[in-house]
Amino acid sequence: MNKIRNKNLWEIYRIDIKQNLRSKSFWLYTVFFALFVAVMFMTGITESQVIGFVGLSRLLVTFTQVSMVILPIYVLISTVRSLVGDKENGVLEYTLALPLSFSTYFWGKFLSRFTVIYLPVLFAMVMAVVWGIFKSLEIPWDLFFLYVFLLASMIFFFLGLSMYLSAKSRTQENALGISFMIWIFLVAFMDILLIGIMLRWRVNPEAIIGVALLNPLQVFRTGSLILFDPKLTVMGPVSYYILDTVSRETFIAFSLLYPVILGLIFAILGNRYFNRHDVV
Amino acid sequence: MEKKTLIEIKSLVKRFGNVRVIDDLTLNFYAGERVALIGQNGAGKTTLIRSILGLYTYEGYLRVLGSEPRKHRQKILMEVGFVPQLPPPLRMTVTEILDFFSRIFNIDRQIFIDLANRLNLDIEKHINKPFLKLSGGMKQKLLVSLALGHQPQILLMDEPSANLDPEARKVFFAMLKEYRPDSLMILSSHRTDEIKGLINRVVEMDLGKVILDEPFATIEENLESKKP
Repeated sequence: MNKIRNKNLWEIYRIDIKQNLRSKSFWLYTVFFALFVAVMFMTGITESQVIGFVGLSRLLVTFTQVSMVILPIYVLISTVRSLVGDKENGVLEYTLALPLSFSTYFWGKFLSRFTVIYLPVLFAMVMAVVWGIFKSLEIPWDLFFLYVFLLASMIFFFLGLSMYLSAKSRTQENALGISFMIWIFLVAFMDILLIGIMLRWRVNPEAIIGVALLNPLQVFRTGSLILFDPKLTVMGPVSYYILDTVSRETFIAFSLLYPVILGLIFAILGNRYFNRHDVV
Repeated sequence: MEKKTLIEIKSLVKRFGNVRVIDDLTLNFYAGERVALIGQNGAGKTTLIRSILGLYTYEGYLRVLGSEPRKHRQKILMEVGFVPQLPPPLRMTVTEILDFFSRIFNIDRQIFIDLANRLNLDIEKHINKPFLKLSGGMKQKLLVSLALGHQPQILLMDEPSANLDPEARKVFFAMLKEYRPDSLMILSSHRTDEIKGLINRVVEMDLGKVILDEPFATIEENLESKKP
């Protein structure tokens, strides 16, 4: 039975990937990231300097900061409609009248979404490195690998959250509305705004930093700065608490694992809901 | 000889909010039966079909081929063919759908192509088109071929001939007539006239209950006796 389940998971994965490869939005998304890297090279970002950083490091940092803005909302909008959209238009009724388990369908979709969202990002980063080698720039491999995994980890979190919302929502409008609210909420609970609250209402700093570090978007931001700015000076007083509490290596491990674990919890809850309720 | 029960339903209830769309339904379906499931819109026909397919949660007792349809989906649905009322907007191409079905049911895709050809659908001409770009009739012919191709023991069809042209409709009912005699067919339809040569039992539903359940021959006899 497990063999059949794995075979069917692969079938759902494959068919979903093929459908995504035919969609214009996927190619627009891929071209966007590729063009973004190309434009950064052409505008000479590798020759500009920030906190002593030049070359490919500068490019990768900029790329990752821009991805932090674009990816969460892209993952939410494109994924949150997947299950509920299939439910609304009758695709789910037909597909799940085939001998496929609900979990097979759910995880097949999850994995294919992860692939089509992550691969263009990875491709753009690899392209940047290849271009850097071609231009004889020094390659910051530690930064490159940190960002490769950090971006995968952030995508994984937002994907898990989106699949959960999609499984629970009754309509696409509903799912989109909730996902926007969650995104705004996550943006609001970043250190910059929280420190404002701390100063305004004299809230305990540890509590504020604790709340900020529960936010995967904040964890990503801090994780992405930690190699580039080892003392986290751009984060001001927050760095004092973070680096005083944990070592740099521990924080990197936390920033890679925490979003994945949270995303997995949401995905498991989404799959559980999908298995236990009406699917059409 | 005792009839083999393929679908067993006892005190089945399906609620949407406070509304009981299936209301304490008790009904059995047997091997060899050709059932016309009739009733007004909202009678509960589609909800019953979806419950049998394991797409809905429910209260009460429901067994398909002896198993609970939500827990043993894969085992049951290997033996079920389904034609929905409206073709779903699948973005897969025709060839991808054929490959997908052939791998899921582990059968040669040529079987589906041959069935489609019998329904006058020249599938090779449209093989690379996305399913949703086909005409209504073509979609229906392909869905019928896919439902019959793996020779399931249970066929559930929700208004299966609605989009078919008269010629294809004739071929379709001929195909159903010669379909494996030990199978169960449940056809949800508004037009009993065109399926009367096929069916041997009529189940009429209203407001989630069965209001008529008779062998088709009895219904015909009654109609004959009422004629002046």
